[in-house]
Amino acid sequence: MSANGAKPKFAMYWAAACGGCEIAVLNIHEKILDVDANFEVVFWPVAMDAKYKDVEAMPDGSILLTLFDGGIRNAENEVMARLLRRKSKILVAFGSCACEGCIPGLANLVPAQSIFDTAYHTVTTDNPDGLHPQFKWAAPEGVTLHIPEFYPVLRPLEAVIPVDYFMPGCPPESHQIAAVIDLVIQVLQGKANLPPPGSVIGAGGSTVCDECPRQRNVKTIKRFTRIQEMATVDPTLCLLEQGLPCNGPATRSGCTALCPKAGAQCIGCYGPAEGVVDFGARLMSAFASVLDSNDPAEIERILDTLPDPAGQFYRFSLAKSLLRAGKQTLVHHGSP
Amino acid sequence: MTDHDHFEPVIIGFTCNWCSYRAADLAGTARVKYPPNIRLIRLMCSGRLDPTFVLKALSSGADGVLITGCHPGECHYLEQNYKALRRYLFLRRMLVQLGIEPQRVKLVWASAAEGVKLAQEITNFVEELRALGPLSWAKPDGSQPSAMSHEPVEEVAA
Repeated sequence: MSANGAKPKFAMYWAAACGGCEIAVLNIHEKILDVDANFEVVFWPVAMDAKYKDVEAMPDGSILLTLFDGGIRNAENEVMARLLRRKSKILVAFGSCACEGCIPGLANLVPAQSIFDTAYHTVTTDNPDGLHPQFKWAAPEGVTLHIPEFYPVLRPLEAVIPVDYFMPGCPPESHQIAAVIDLVIQVLQGKANLPPPGSVIGAGGSTVCDECPRQRNVKTIKRFTRIQEMATVDPTLCLLEQGLPCNGPATRSGCTALCPKAGAQCIGCYGPAEGVVDFGARLMSAFASVLDSNDPAEIERILDTLPDPAGQFYRFSLAKSLLRAGKQTLVHHGSP
Repeated sequence: MTDHDHFEPVIIGFTCNWCSYRAADLAGTARVKYPPNIRLIRLMCSGRLDPTFVLKALSSGADGVLITGCHPGECHYLEQNYKALRRYLFLRRMLVQLGIEPQRVKLVWASAAEGVKLAQEITNFVEELRALGPLSWAKPDGSQPSAMSHEPVEEVAA
């Protein structure tokens, strides 16, 4: 099939990501055959062998659709983002990492040095020679070796290159991926139009709460609870009302409220809902509204039951938040 | 601006239409002096204060944010100032985790009659921030924000 050179070209690349997005694409099952039938896959490191120089050799704008997952953590990520931007007609920030930094973005809370110390120099690390990665190293053979520079902060894709569409989710739900692929195929066949540039695709415009079937009453809670501390979770009542710190009120819809339906709180992987500038600020407002106390001392006691507010509020979106990183991270290094 | 003696903190102050904004007005009418470091923004109620506004101010070059509202039990909208209180306490904890001194965000209750008190609180806050030094939150391109420049006002959706 791929011998047909007339087929539009498809690429997928991972930067600072875990690979879950690629699995999610394969998880569309037989729909992947439609991808093969309609596209020529020219570059997809996780699925096929290809070299960066192959991409460099392609004419600019020759790839119709590139799904780019992962944030920009090091120089290699940035070079590939710029390269694929040049080579692609439509570039999609695919998944939470590319859209707002996701879990790797939480490392923005600490300076880069601290990340390396954790990886190479903790008590439980087996590193007897105290090895530490060097970005530049003169080998005894007389050559200088380079590995890509590690940036002080992780940036979402949009901070580095212009992005045509955003597809949120950690990872994006397979039915949403399938729908987007169907849409692109219909566009190719002249049966549909692309959404306006800059749109969020493969997701809803509302909040997870809107998709959640759980019953909401007047919410007031005296403490936050971790799910493992609860004997039973009421199957029909709003999780936030039961004291679980559910991120649904600030999170974009599109996942069909999978986690709350299964009895687990929403963790916010679909990113900020439409119109929300800062995910954490919105969630903070929502949580502040449910605390059942007007007494400062008692409010502090309730807040003690949520020991990691930054992790709760910015689990997926720290790199895209208004502050973007911890103070030490920015003061010590500035931003790239 | 590392010389703290000559450091003039920039403060964004959010005031409530029914109390603290009038307190500031009263201070002006009564010619009570307070330092010009604060830029007051009038909201209808402290309950309108989205934490987004505070984060936007800090990330755009403010060294501190003053949140003011009606005394507990005296909110024009019954109890929205309690909502502001809870948001404020939440926000402080999160700022600590991000390494920002929580004293940079301050909550003050001031009734419409307390012009002198508000002026005193602003004076105190300026000195507290002077002691803390500049926040100078780096911009995404790595440059330091110039708080004194007048950039076009961006729309912040609530």
